[in-house]
Amino acid sequence: MRRENLAPTQITDIMKRPFSPNRRFVERIGFAGLTATALVTTLPIVGTIVYILIQGAPAISLEFLTSFPRDGMRAGGILPAIIGTLYLALGVSIFAVPLGIAAAIYLAEYASDTPLTRTIRIAIINLAGIPSVVYGLFGLGLFVLFLNFGTSILAASLTLSIMTLPVIISTAEEALRTVPQSFRTVSASLGATRWQTIRRIVLKEALPGILTGVILGLERAVGETAPILFTGAAFFLPRLPNSPFDATMALPYHLFVISTQVPNMPVQIQYGVALTLLAFVLTMNLVATVIRSRARAKRQW
Amino acid sequence: MHKIIIESLSLQYSDGTESLRDVNLSIHQNAVTVLFGPAGGGKSTLLRCLNRLNDLAEVKASSGRILIDGENILDPKIDVIALRRKVGMVFARPVPLPMSIRDNVTYGLELAGEKHRATLDEAVERSLTLAAIWDEVKDRLDTLAVALSGGQQQRVCLARVLALQPEIILLDEPTSGLDPISTGKVEAALQELKKEYTVVLVPHSVQQAGRTADHAAFFLQGELVEYGEGKSLFTAPKQKKTEDYVTGRFG
Amino acid sequence: MEKSLTWREFIVTRAIQASGYSAIVFVALIFFFLLREGAPALTDVKLSALFSARWYPIEDYFGVLPLITGSLVVTIGAMLIAFPLGIGTAVYISEIAPRWIREILKPLVELLGGLPSVVLGFLGILLVSPFLRVFLDLPTGLTAFTGSLLLGGIAVPTIVSVAEDALDAVPRSYREGAWALGATRWQTIWYVTLPAAKSGVLTAVMLGVGRAIGETMTVMMVTGNAPVLATALGSWFAPARTMTATIAAEMGEVANGSAHYHVLFFIGIVLFLISLGVNVAASSVVFRTKKRAERILS
Ligand SMILES: Nc1ncnc2c1ncn2[C@@H]1O[C@H](COP(=O)(O)OP(=O)(O)O)[C@@H](O)[C@H]1O
Ligand SMILES: [Mg+2]
Repeated sequence: MRRENLAPTQITDIMKRPFSPNRRFVERIGFAGLTATALVTTLPIVGTIVYILIQGAPAISLEFLTSFPRDGMRAGGILPAIIGTLYLALGVSIFAVPLGIAAAIYLAEYASDTPLTRTIRIAIINLAGIPSVVYGLFGLGLFVLFLNFGTSILAASLTLSIMTLPVIISTAEEALRTVPQSFRTVSASLGATRWQTIRRIVLKEALPGILTGVILGLERAVGETAPILFTGAAFFLPRLPNSPFDATMALPYHLFVISTQVPNMPVQIQYGVALTLLAFVLTMNLVATVIRSRARAKRQW
Repeated sequence: MHKIIIESLSLQYSDGTESLRDVNLSIHQNAVTVLFGPAGGGKSTLLRCLNRLNDLAEVKASSGRILIDGENILDPKIDVIALRRKVGMVFARPVPLPMSIRDNVTYGLELAGEKHRATLDEAVERSLTLAAIWDEVKDRLDTLAVALSGGQQQRVCLARVLALQPEIILLDEPTSGLDPISTGKVEAALQELKKEYTVVLVPHSVQQAGRTADHAAFFLQGELVEYGEGKSLFTAPKQKKTEDYVTGRFG
Repeated sequence: MEKSLTWREFIVTRAIQASGYSAIVFVALIFFFLLREGAPALTDVKLSALFSARWYPIEDYFGVLPLITGSLVVTIGAMLIAFPLGIGTAVYISEIAPRWIREILKPLVELLGGLPSVVLGFLGILLVSPFLRVFLDLPTGLTAFTGSLLLGGIAVPTIVSVAEDALDAVPRSYREGAWALGATRWQTIWYVTLPAAKSGVLTAVMLGVGRAIGETMTVMMVTGNAPVLATALGSWFAPARTMTATIAAEMGEVANGSAHYHVLFFIGIVLFLISLGVNVAASSVVFRTKKRAERILS
């Protein structure tokens, strides 16, 4: 982060300005305001989660999780949506995880500060910023139509993969960079090639950080709807997809469908789906947090 | 017999620092050659040239030749990996790799493709013994190396280098962080080592230089000021600058 | 160069290098396919018609202005909410909060960033919009304002985390200097810490804008989806429709290759260019080449 430089004289000037007797009082008011702001930001998060938990819990049952929807999705379970989301997550793991980690290795271990490297970094920043619905358009143009994969799990997970890539790359690169440089020097001095050093030392040490990145990336992919709208999401499927070229139901899209497209939808099922989706996301978030803090605790350097 | 012949070596880092200027120096086989002088003199830089570890640093320009057994190791075509196995290095700060003591010692051999368990075990015992630490760690070879004391870590680092059976051992202020007892053990180990290896040592004090040197070279700001066979540099320095430094009147 | 590269080392190195370059390839591919499908919009629809005020595709009215103003209204509204909340929370976390509160707040805010936007949209429909309809006495609770409110929540985590990083990077000595001169902590925050971190705070806001303008599902679900040109403040409390929501809502129903299809891709190009602009601008403010701090071991 770049810092503006403040000359010491500037600071003294500033200090002289509000030398009013009641500045302690101003400070107290200010702090109270900031504390309130923080509460306003964070309480709704807790509230939201608790509320969905309370409203959704009664809907959750083994049957709900393991059976097919019935009566135009107004009854029955959500098995196909759960399985579909798992398939998409699997697809992203297959495509984005190795590619993202390799790209992070390139940036952290191989790339020097050249114009090409800077271009790569700008490209990654851009990938991170492109609206998710634009990814949907791109996936439609390239995977569904041009490559003729059709509206399919394959097309959807490729689209999600590219969207997830920047998350994985940035976190993994950061993790790789925290591995002390001295390990690399020592390893090289013992006759290791660059890749040997990476594989035997650097990757092993950065693994928790990389895993955190992967999980955060998957978390994002699992919750997204817009990129799969036109690339792989199915409104309703009476059976499970049986090839990567089939379209699939997915939890976030299903929640969208039953909360906007289906009239007379029982609210309880809506909350049940929201809770299931939230459970996916929260679990991943929790796992990532646990991995991170445990790794920090047992780090030897 | 000269193991290493350095001919008009100059080196400049990319931030503009000229760390070595026209250095000419020959280093004897089976002896301890000491490179000493004030900080910033280019001693570490020179050591890192000898195993091409400076390939990892940001070097702008370098010129000259370094012949080891007659082969110019600065030649871009030489096998750097093989060179680094032949020229081992111990650093000022002990850096145990994040693994067990045993794995630290066998790391280099495993990189080289050695898989034979017996060979590895034999190397562990031999090199830890040579580094004078076998008795202290033989019962806990599978504990993490970072758990050892600094002095023990440094000797494990030495053993790690010895496991590769190099021909030349470079030590860059290896005892700078150690207590006197550990320092004594490392110095004693060096006297053993020179029977088989060529040792180049950057000592962390003039006293250590005097204690350990078979030959000595005095470096000041990137230049080799004076080189002396035996302990002549400490008893009868020819250059005023050298004399000032060894008598402690410097700076 | 290291000479004893075995063939394996060689292949691995090449694969890693290619993966590194892939990010550039993907951005190029995205732009190419958007252009390929979106550029024909310019021949299908006259430029003047494209930038007119009527969006009614069934009768071939493809004026994107209402969508652009829709996006603007919703986004500006979101930032009005997210900016004070985000910066305030960032300042609270980095300057005031005791350690244990920080350890709770940071993951919580991160969690908000991870909440799927459909879930927020869902709650928006079920809770926020009925509440607003009654509370503000509106004909419908599905308005641009509802979208702004929820989008604000979505932009907050981005703003908090970037701004908090920036505040964290202000050296402690600045603050200690100010305290030593008798400033209160409150004065220090306003006159020393925040000004010193202002470029980072600016980046935070820009990234927040980028996040808000690109958000799709929440907006589509709660803004009422009426493509009406926003002209007055009242538009904020009326239904609106953003560019992202239009694409999401209509792409499923158009015939491939039709004018409507091309125009939706054209809107995609506009969004792509906006996010490109925002992100390049944001990153150029804080472009720190992460240089290795340590020198080679010696
Ligand atoms: N990796 C590097 N990059 C740039 N300059 C360096 C680097 N390593 C050392 N130098 C500079 O080169 C000079 C010699 O340093 P060094 O070889 O470490 O000396 P010594 O070991 O005798 O103290 C110093 O001025 C030092 O700042
Ligand atoms: Mg040195």
